[in-house]
Amino acid sequence: MTNPNGRFGIHGGQYIPETLMNAVIELEEAYNHYKNDPEFNRELTQLFNEYAGRPSRLYYAGKMTKDLGGAKIYLKREDLNHTGAHKVNNVLGQALLAKKMGKTRLIAETGAGQHGVATATAAALMGMECVVFMGEEDTVRQALNVYRMRLLGAEVIPVKTGTATLKDAVSEAMREWTSRISDTHYCLGSVMGPHPFPTIVRDFQAVISKEIKEQILLKEGRLPDAVIACVGGGSNSIGSFYHFIEEESVRLIGCEAAGRGIDTFETAATIATGRLGIFHGMKSYFCQDKDGQIASVYSISAGLDYPGVGPEHAHLHDIGRAEYIPVTDDEAVNAFEYLAKTEGIIPAIESAHAVAHAMKIAPTMDKDEIIVITISGRGDKDCAAIARYRGEDIHE
Amino acid sequence: MSNIQKAFENGKAFIAFITCGDPDLETTAKTVRAAVENGADLIELGIPFSDPTAEGPVIQGANLRALTGGITTDKIFALVKELRRDVKIPMVFMTYANVVFSYGAEKFISACRDIEMDGLILPDLPFEEKEEFQPLCRQYGIDLISLIAPTSQNRIAMISKEAEGFIYIVSSLGVTGTRSEIKTDLASIVKVVRENTNVPCAIGFGISTPEQAKKMADISDGAIVGSAIIKLLEKYGKDAPKYVGEYVKSMKDAIR
Repeated sequence: MTNPNGRFGIHGGQYIPETLMNAVIELEEAYNHYKNDPEFNRELTQLFNEYAGRPSRLYYAGKMTKDLGGAKIYLKREDLNHTGAHKVNNVLGQALLAKKMGKTRLIAETGAGQHGVATATAAALMGMECVVFMGEEDTVRQALNVYRMRLLGAEVIPVKTGTATLKDAVSEAMREWTSRISDTHYCLGSVMGPHPFPTIVRDFQAVISKEIKEQILLKEGRLPDAVIACVGGGSNSIGSFYHFIEEESVRLIGCEAAGRGIDTFETAATIATGRLGIFHGMKSYFCQDKDGQIASVYSISAGLDYPGVGPEHAHLHDIGRAEYIPVTDDEAVNAFEYLAKTEGIIPAIESAHAVAHAMKIAPTMDKDEIIVITISGRGDKDCAAIARYRGEDIHE
Repeated sequence: MSNIQKAFENGKAFIAFITCGDPDLETTAKTVRAAVENGADLIELGIPFSDPTAEGPVIQGANLRALTGGITTDKIFALVKELRRDVKIPMVFMTYANVVFSYGAEKFISACRDIEMDGLILPDLPFEEKEEFQPLCRQYGIDLISLIAPTSQNRIAMISKEAEGFIYIVSSLGVTGTRSEIKTDLASIVKVVRENTNVPCAIGFGISTPEQAKKMADISDGAIVGSAIIKLLEKYGKDAPKYVGEYVKSMKDAIR
């Protein structure tokens, strides 16, 4: 899907300072070499299987299916991966690549802290130095993950600039990369930023749809009718969609964080409310004002609290191959509680956005139709915030 | 010939960067005039952006103050129009790609011609992406300024060959901001630039003292100063123009 200039249709590209150009060119050359290297792939597969616990389960959610009374529902359990989310797939790939490139230091941005924890984990495993940039507001919202990162040996730098959330953490990580390139790899956490990141991250996350395809064929003997995943930058969703893009019969549905609603300013639904722009190295859709100033966005989910979306999603939207649906805080919190009570699975609040939409469409579908929902991460990290949302104060 | 050439006709050029609207547009206008009266050869006017990824804390702060004060692209165009009644030296805008793109590239770039701006610096628009705006800049006679960094190496010749107006050589790794020491081997970078173009080159990032400016201007065609000027605006606010004027004079005298 990527053309040689790193474009997905009109989206993508490399809108970055000249200082970083040779770094992304070097990264692209290294990636093009190693992606077809049998030894690299053998090592990565071993890390996926032995360390991260892949393949992740494709679980038939029988009670939920029965309760909703429509399509058969399967859950792709990325929450069962080591570190508790899909983020580890990308991080193990990039850390291994960085190591092969002779880098000794990983830097990363993080929102909810899942990508930061995954990067700190990979750095510990591979004996690399690790620095994670995290919006100061998020360090407060996700104090437990800050502790986990430090426990794993990473330095966590609270970012105080701008809105002190994910977008500012990305900006600060980019600034750090321009000041120290030779020994440092920027381990970007989503399918965003300048080429080749959207392609590299997608390829490492594509293991999700590769497994779904094999597992559903084994269990059902046919492809699903819909694959549903949440979209912030869009890494778990592109990973869930990728091997189905050419399968026209499979509906691909991305769930954006609508926050308090797309008719309010407190939203992070980029495709619903944003417009075409250039930011963080890429052309794509962004929430912005009429002068092109990037909007401060809001979602109950720190991991979806980003004003842009990956360029491949923007393209899939343009050509109508994938649908993007806004899901509010309220709907996501209901789904969070529903999945816990119905299946005994506490999903990340990010993933709960996808569950919420499935709850809407499953009853309208036939009993012989199949939905796969990607549960991108587990929800332990969100319990305190959801309790607060329900007016209950608990101490972690 | 590019109007920007004129900035390099009075010995080594002193290039002053000022963020529009910090703390307000009236102060920006006074600061520009103070810089011009005290020997600045070229003015870089910053159009604030919410997320300036190439800037250090000082210029980030200026962007934030200006945006909080309600600055818009249209207000800045009006300011330049007013400045152009008496400010005759070359002026360029420095902003981020999304500010131009979002306004409408043709609308923005044609407006630059109408208000007599001479060039455009976009730190997030590298050589590979310049087709985004280059054809329109050519159509409306606006120079799209190229940047060269300490990491550019094999790219210096390619960038220099297609450069116009002047070349902005980034002195150090990292973001804008004053530095006590500049370690990059800039003389070798300038040498490759000179082998590939006649377009003048000036060095920026990290320069604050007259001694640094002289050192940088000695090996190139001029020195660019941003954060040191913004610090004066941060410190003195509406009273800053006088101090900026004195500072510019000391810097131009050092490199003259």
